[in-house]
Amino acid sequence: MSPTNRTVVVTGIGATTPLGGDVASFWEALVAGKSGVRLLEEEWATDLPVRIAARIAVEPGEIIPRPQARKLDRSAQFALIAAREAWQDAGFTARAGEDTSVNPDRLGTVIASGIGGVTTLLDQYDVLREKGVRRVSPHTVPMLMPNSPAANVGIDLGARAGVHTPVSACASGAEAIGYAIEMIRTGRADVVIAGGTEAAIHPLPIVAFGNMMAMSKNNDDPSGASRPFDTGRDGFVLGEGAGVVILESEEHAKARGARIYVEAVGQGISADSHHITQPEPSGNGIAHALQNLLDSTDLKPAEVVHVNAHATSTPQGDVAEIKALWKVLGDDVEHLAISATKSMTGHLLGGAGGIETVASILALVNRTAPPTINLKDLDPEVNADVVVGEARQLPEGRIAALNDSFGFGGHNVVLAFRTV
Amino acid sequence: MAATQEEIVEGLAEIVNEIAGIPVEDVQVDKSFTDDLDVDSLSMVEVVVAAEERFDVKIPDEDVKNLKTVGDATDYILKHQA
Repeated sequence: MSPTNRTVVVTGIGATTPLGGDVASFWEALVAGKSGVRLLEEEWATDLPVRIAARIAVEPGEIIPRPQARKLDRSAQFALIAAREAWQDAGFTARAGEDTSVNPDRLGTVIASGIGGVTTLLDQYDVLREKGVRRVSPHTVPMLMPNSPAANVGIDLGARAGVHTPVSACASGAEAIGYAIEMIRTGRADVVIAGGTEAAIHPLPIVAFGNMMAMSKNNDDPSGASRPFDTGRDGFVLGEGAGVVILESEEHAKARGARIYVEAVGQGISADSHHITQPEPSGNGIAHALQNLLDSTDLKPAEVVHVNAHATSTPQGDVAEIKALWKVLGDDVEHLAISATKSMTGHLLGGAGGIETVASILALVNRTAPPTINLKDLDPEVNADVVVGEARQLPEGRIAALNDSFGFGGHNVVLAFRTV
Repeated sequence: MAATQEEIVEGLAEIVNEIAGIPVEDVQVDKSFTDDLDVDSLSMVEVVVAAEERFDVKIPDEDVKNLKTVGDATDYILKHQA
């Protein structure tokens, strides 16, 4: 196969999420239909209109030693934890270059977040105002820059083929994985650590999203607040965490005898060019991305049996996504088991594409579509087979899954994975 | 009351432990911040700010580059503390 069209596979997965601090606990809670959304206990949340969020299940301070943690924004801490898990899961036992398993010059990193080190930025501004110039941390800039999670993971694991951070709001994590697939397909790298991370649970982002009318204000029922596809949905619930995968050329994976989870078939990307926050309501932009995916890969619509939907629980977005599936897949939509895992994890913004890629891969490997919880009254405009309440078994044979991610700015990313 | 040399070394050891995670007993006067104690140029700024507060001393930026070892910092603080 030519170096511009190499097959890409997934050999490692890692995650730290509101449902669990590693992949095993995340998946277990996901298929059990548990919610990670809680009432915020911080004092600053007391008087806010939105007082709910999906906090990480395991605080990074329990894993990363304090001298290292204090130089890393929370989003970079999450990324490092998920990346190390994925790296070990892929069978690597040392930093690249310390053994012969991967050439560091052929190892890349693509990790994105939607907002970057926003808590560092805001906390250090508080330090400046309250304690003065001298007390602002000299680590502020390398902590807040949006490429910091990618750069820190690249340094930690020894990646020298390139470290990248595509930023496209809530599509960032998926775009990172799409970019990584292309790095391998086009021959720039043999192995890429890719994913998304976000740590934006802070009063300013919560108030700002709340003032856009984008967030659920269902403070009385935190675990029931995120309800994609339900007629009563009133906005997303903010989550935090990271999901990271190890992508590898099939040739490289086979040469080192690595376990292969699934094939990363490819990605389709488009832009709505419609409105800075509202999705194009007919679903044309999303359909364009999906069509690009089908045109650029050998994926057949009949193989696709599962979609990890973007479905954030906002009134417009959830419907546009389903319309787009019909436009491109036609009657093949009828055999799709559609899951909205944000009903359990909340919306991790730039981290969403990361953890939902992990969920999509495990759905294929375990042949199980996770449930969509809190769905009591399906929106009549959602003309599709949503996996409601309980996990559902997926068919035998060669099957594929889509992971959709869309972001403010009109970014549309569709990733495809397939059993091997 | 001004700190003694011993108190300053002890204080610096606690600061370096907090910032770089180096065990207190490893922070000795002959140790280089950069080469021995895992204190890079950014973390050195933190060490200096913490030392200024603890020992009531001003360490201007232009003097920081001369503080290579724990001994250098100790002597500087001894000489300049209020």
